Order: sequence, then structure tokens, then C-alpha cells
Amino acid sequence: MVKKRQVYLDYAATTPVDPLVMKAMRPFFDKDFGNSMSLHRWGQSAKKALEASRQTVADFIGAEKEEIVFTASASESNNLALKGVAWANKAKGRHILISPIEHSCVQQSAQWLKQQGWLVEELTVNQYGLVDPQQVKQKLRAETILVSVIYASNEIGTIQPIKAIAEVCQAKKVYCHTDASQACGQISLNVKDVGVDLLTASSHKIYGPKGAAILYIKDGVKIEPLIHGGGHEAGRRAATVNLPAIVGLAQAVKLADGLRIKDSRRIAKLRDYLIQGILSRIPHSYLNGHPKQRLPNNVHFRFDFIEGEALVFALDQQGIAASTGSACSSAELKPSKTLLAIGLKPEQTHGSLRLSLGRRTTKKELDYVLQALPEVVTKLRKASPFK
Amino acid sequence: MNSYSAKTMEHFQNPRNLGKVKGANGIGKVGNLVCGDIMWLYIRVQDQRIEEIGVETFGCVAALATSSVVTELAKGKTISQALKIDKDQVIKVLGSLPPIKIHCSLLAIDALSEAIYDYFKKTKQPVPQKLKAAHRRILQEKKLLEQKFGTI
Repeated sequence: MVKKRQVYLDYAATTPVDPLVMKAMRPFFDKDFGNSMSLHRWGQSAKKALEASRQTVADFIGAEKEEIVFTASASESNNLALKGVAWANKAKGRHILISPIEHSCVQQSAQWLKQQGWLVEELTVNQYGLVDPQQVKQKLRAETILVSVIYASNEIGTIQPIKAIAEVCQAKKVYCHTDASQACGQISLNVKDVGVDLLTASSHKIYGPKGAAILYIKDGVKIEPLIHGGGHEAGRRAATVNLPAIVGLAQAVKLADGLRIKDSRRIAKLRDYLIQGILSRIPHSYLNGHPKQRLPNNVHFRFDFIEGEALVFALDQQGIAASTGSACSSAELKPSKTLLAIGLKPEQTHGSLRLSLGRRTTKKELDYVLQALPEVVTKLRKASPFK
Repeated sequence: MNSYSAKTMEHFQNPRNLGKVKGANGIGKVGNLVCGDIMWLYIRVQDQRIEEIGVETFGCVAALATSSVVTELAKGKTISQALKIDKDQVIKVLGSLPPIKIHCSLLAIDALSEAIYDYFKKTKQPVPQKLKAAHRRILQEKKLLEQKFGTI
């Protein structure tokens, strides 16, 4: 075994806060601590920073400033999108379409709505995890109010044809929401170009702090707030805003905007290097997700004969941070819904591993992984009755 | 550092009695691949004593660690001593086990019980009542899992 290193390959879970983001946030904890709703200068200064942040985020995704609502998390944004649209559009209908590979916060929001009497229908995906826009078209009904499809899978990294899906929705005047938590900051994304009505993005996935996210709500979209109160965020989300985190999000967006193309290209190259390395070094390994239409930073594998939770812990012992969709790692001991949706059998979902790259990932780190991972897999396979 | 005890991680890192046993005269196969835990446990019994023991496990950290502990506890023991090993003993060795993973320790004990049952059968000895009952329960549970998830 080569010398042990610390290699973080779980950027899809969360990213470190960029030093420039921290620097931008700092004054808002003490010097500019005001409440953006206050009338005095402290409040007005806070409000100015809040609205400047809103403008930055709006520009980044091609939206109008008034179309951006700040929330505390992507989970909250997704809850607001689904429940808020459902409540505000009851008169039109109660039919909602979601993909089968949504993040659990979309799945669970939809599930909750189902319990309240809404009709929730799931689309299917192909073996790569792609939604077919034609299927969306076929499934739209007069009473459909919302279609929600994740922009890029948090697990297998597959990027959806969101533009085509949004077009189909627009033709039938059905709202289209997309959870772009993983996509935003990594791939070019313009809401006007894509044509969605609602879009979720998060701060801590793009080197900003935890505790800030956005929901883009296109002008004219009818939506009920989840949190009622003092009229913040134009009545769409009450609560004193978390200004340091929001300023941090805006700074993270600025950095992403400057870096995105160069960075994504570099990371995508590293991704392909890692994928090829794993395929050539580890027998019985299979890439999950689309080979080309995938996030620049996502590597997702399935290894036969071993179990993912054990794999993640064994990698952790080697200093490598990864994640798995294995049933044994989940709180309910259930296999990943995404992996089942792409057609894997339950027993095939156990040996899954997600390695997600980031801004700080180097080739040297990947070379270490390409040395340690085959050894770890071999060791676990040695213990397994199947080989 | 994580939800597993240091002792669990130690067994996971350095599993005892790994692999098949030469001249095994009892094999216990338990678990369901759909659920994600499979254990194959091998014993070689001589003069009513477990001389050699080995295990192969497909599963999570807890499954690997508990199967390692069970082999350690059973090695060199007489059959009747080995049959007294219970989950509390396994958990005691590990210090603790996350509640959601307790079933892994039960599975390892079932694997041992099944290997001993197989030994009695193979050597054409009368199977003790308690072991017969355990075998029936394990088969029943396996059947239920297969009904729920399908056969592998």
C-alpha cells in the first residue's frame, strides 16, 4: 500500500467554503449585522447587501431579481416548489408528475401531497436514468399542475433533457420545476433558455456556506408560501434572512461564474480519467448513469460481489471520502430508488459507489484512489462468498 | 469517528478466520442477497469440538465484523458451548452495535447454528431438539424473505 493520503471525493454531498466566500461573509456577522426589514441605517445596509446578492444570483441564472427567493436549503426550496404550487393551483387540478430519480426531498414532498389527496404520478427513466420528454407529453392531463424533474441526478450524475421537458410543459401550460442543486455551478444554466418555471439551487454545493439556497420562481407563477410571517421575500418566504449565508452564496456564484467553463472542463477530464482507470483496473465493475450526458464531477460505479457501506468505510480507512446508495447505508435499509429505476435488481444495488470530484481534486489524488480502490475491492471480495 | 465502535472497525479491518475450511464437515449458509447480507460459515468438528472455523461474508461493516467475532468465539469450543453463543455476547465483544445493525449479529449466530446442524446431519447424528427448532425458524425466515424479494 502506498503512503496514505486524505482524498475528499464527496463534493456532491457538500463542498468546502471558498476562502473568498468566507471573506465576503465575515462583515455580516458583526459589522453589518442589521435586520434587512429594519428602517434604520443598519437595516438599510443589510437590505442593500441582500438585494445585491439577489441581483448576482439572478444574473447568474438569467432571471429577474424579483424572481429569486432565498431559502435555507435546497430541501426547503423543493418543498416550497411542490407544496406551494400544489396549494396555489388546486382550482386547476391536483395532478403532479415527478421523475423516479428525484432527491428524497422532492419524493417525500410529493408523497406528502399524495396523502393530502393530490395525484402524484412517476415517470420512468431508461437504463442511463434519462427521462423521455415524449413520455412527459403523454402523461400530461388537463388537471396536471406541475412536472418536477431533477436537472442532474445527485446519485448517478445523468443530465436530463430539461429544455425539451420544459417545452412540452409550456405547450400545455403546466408548470415545470427542476432541482438543479447538483447542476448549478457546474454546467451552463439559464432559466430563460431552458424555459423552466421554477428552479432550485443550493449554496453549499458550489463552495458557499450551508444554510442558503434559492428557488427561482418565474414571474406570474402562482405559489403559496410554506412559512407565513413578516412579508419577507415579497411574501413568499417569511423569516429574517440569513444574510451572511446569502452574501456567501452570492460570492460563491460570482466565483462559479468566473471559473465554470475552465473548471468543468478540467474536472470532466479528471472524471474520465478516473472512470477509465477503474474500468481497466477492477474486473466486474460497471459505470452507472449516462457515459456522456453526465455531470463533469460525477463518477458512479457498481462492483459485483461486495457491499457499498463496507466499501465506503474501507475507503475511509484509506483516507478516501466517498458515498454509496447501498441499502445497508440508508436509515431504512432500503436500496436506492434511483438505482432501481435504472433497472438494476435490488441485489445489484448493494455494491454502488459514488465518487464526486471538485475544484480541489488533482490527478495525483486520483492516482492514489486508483491504487487504493482496487486493493480495497479485492480485500472485500476475498471475504465474500461470491467471487 | 463513525457510528461503529473501534472494536467493530478493528474486526472489519482484520477479519478473523476468513475463508473456507479444508475438510469442513459442517456448512451454514444464511442471508438473502436482496437484503444485502450473506454469510457462509464452515466448521471442521472433531470429537465434538470445533477445531477449525471459517466464514465468507457479503455485507456491510456490521455483517463482516459480527461474522468475524462469532468465528472467534466459537473456535476451539465444544458443540454445546458454541450453541450457547448469543447476540449479547457478540455485541459485548464489539462494545456496541448500531440498533439498526443488530440483525447482523443474529445472522452470524444463525450461520453458526446452521453449520452445526449440517454437521449433525452429515455425520448422521441425532440433531438436538433446540437446533432442529432453530433450523426450522431460519428456513421459515428465509422463505418469507424469498416471498418478499424473490429467490437468488
